[in-house]
Amino acid sequence: MSAGLQNEQPATPSQLVTALQSEHPDWVTEFTEALGEVTAVVPRAYIVEVCSLLKTPAAGEFNFLADLCGVDRGVEEEPRFEVNYHLFSTIRYHRLRLKVLLSENDVHVPTVTGVWRTANWHERETYDLVGIIFDGHPDLRRILLPDDWQGHALRKDFPLRGYEPYSLK
Amino acid sequence: MSTSVNIPPQLEVVDRPLDTQMTISMGPQHPSTHGVLRIELVLDGEMVVKATPDIGYLHTGMEKLFEYKKYQQGIVITDRMDYLNPLGNNLAYVMAAEKLLELEIPERAQTIRVLFCELQRIASHLVWLGTHALDLGAMTVFFYCFREREKILNLIEAASGGRLTPSYFRIGGLMMDLPPGFERRVKQFLDGFPKALDDFKKLLTGNRIFQKRTQDIGRISAEDAIDWGLSGPSLRGSGVALDIRRANPYSGYENYDFEIATEPGGDVWARYLVRMREMEESQKIVTQALSRLRSGPVKADAPKVVLPDREAMKTHMDALIHHFLIVAEGFDVPQGEVYHAIEASKGELGVYIKSDGGPKPFRVHFRGPSFVNLSALPDLCRGAMIADVVAIIGSLDIVLGEIDR
Repeated sequence: MSAGLQNEQPATPSQLVTALQSEHPDWVTEFTEALGEVTAVVPRAYIVEVCSLLKTPAAGEFNFLADLCGVDRGVEEEPRFEVNYHLFSTIRYHRLRLKVLLSENDVHVPTVTGVWRTANWHERETYDLVGIIFDGHPDLRRILLPDDWQGHALRKDFPLRGYEPYSLK
Repeated sequence: MSTSVNIPPQLEVVDRPLDTQMTISMGPQHPSTHGVLRIELVLDGEMVVKATPDIGYLHTGMEKLFEYKKYQQGIVITDRMDYLNPLGNNLAYVMAAEKLLELEIPERAQTIRVLFCELQRIASHLVWLGTHALDLGAMTVFFYCFREREKILNLIEAASGGRLTPSYFRIGGLMMDLPPGFERRVKQFLDGFPKALDDFKKLLTGNRIFQKRTQDIGRISAEDAIDWGLSGPSLRGSGVALDIRRANPYSGYENYDFEIATEPGGDVWARYLVRMREMEESQKIVTQALSRLRSGPVKADAPKVVLPDREAMKTHMDALIHHFLIVAEGFDVPQGEVYHAIEASKGELGVYIKSDGGPKPFRVHFRGPSFVNLSALPDLCRGAMIADVVAIIGSLDIVLGEIDR
């Protein structure tokens, strides 16, 4: 870790996102700050670029991917799915949430395993339970449920008790 | 045999099972896998060429279940995730819900939460210490650790009525105030604990066999540890002084005086030393929390969210109505989403809650520290001896209940 690149007054996450937005207007489509948390909606085409940039010291040093999770916003919703990336900086202690929205008929999003290796299992879990496909993932298999499981359990149209007799082939 | 440029030839998986390499399945009933972890090991003699963890044997669909339960019912589910650190799970979940509700928690409740979380951290580390030493053949430590842990479980039981599943923290405060004489009992425990900790150190820290089994095993650099998302003692064992209690303080941790234990080694031994020192630091925090306890309410002033006192229900009509509504219908939580992270005994425990404005969460996701720490196992085991795999798993301090959820 190089400490020399730290600013006197590190920019807050919202300042960082505003700067990012003014530099690359199409990288951030929406930007909200609520309950002390900053959320930036990123089009999926740019998610890897945004993550790689935010990891650099000049743009926030978000070197730690704390969490990655998928959400099914409801069967009727359009776009139906969202993927949340919770970024953390082990140097500045800032947190930032990136959000990618996906529609039901195209649930592909590029993998960020090239940016943080920890994304590997998070993305496998999201694929397993929500059914998001991470393009370019080195090992996109189910992780919690058996390989021959049918459906994705955390989708809203998947019944709580599964299908009878059970959801295997 | 094809060789690549940067890996020694023997570290490459060869698809000729009867030639030199052997694939064996370790677990899910292997005693050192701490539950139901299965690892597929490709071995070259005794050396691990490739380790592939296989998880999910304990998957119970908890995240799905949350969506069908009211917010306060979710607390009991969290107990069952990391069952060695249930109060930490309670805290992460209730604090995330409190953040959505924008509740103000009384100081006494916050202090008691800190007190219990640190006691629980000691208890969790004691189980780790006992089982880690047991895995490496040091059986005696296990019994001493469980003797001390029993004292902490008794304290938790005295306050909450539960030993492993306390559900003591509620949205808006605590289930109830501490029982009479509780502070004296904690002091009693604290008086005896340094002696016990010294005993553990005598049994292990100076033990040549234990040192040989742990030093220079499962080494990971600070950069790799961050890249793999390691957190908690596993990250601090690589020399990164990151503790969420300091980085993003919660529940009043900014007012406590404690040190972040770090070791530069990055091996199993360093992670051992970090956890041993963390128990001392937790003990310091418990002592400070005890001295900070002032009388006062332990529940937030939010009658629509927090259950009223028993006595008030017998005399006040509105208290009875609120009680009925909270139990029967729950309370509405404003629309929004939060991610709240705490420093659990194993690392960063994060809770993501998305609310649609109703009495049940729309989506709950847990970032379990064990899950992420385990994902680094293939990297840590590469090139290790098969007996060291046991030491490496132990040093990551995993709990399968949290990994599989």
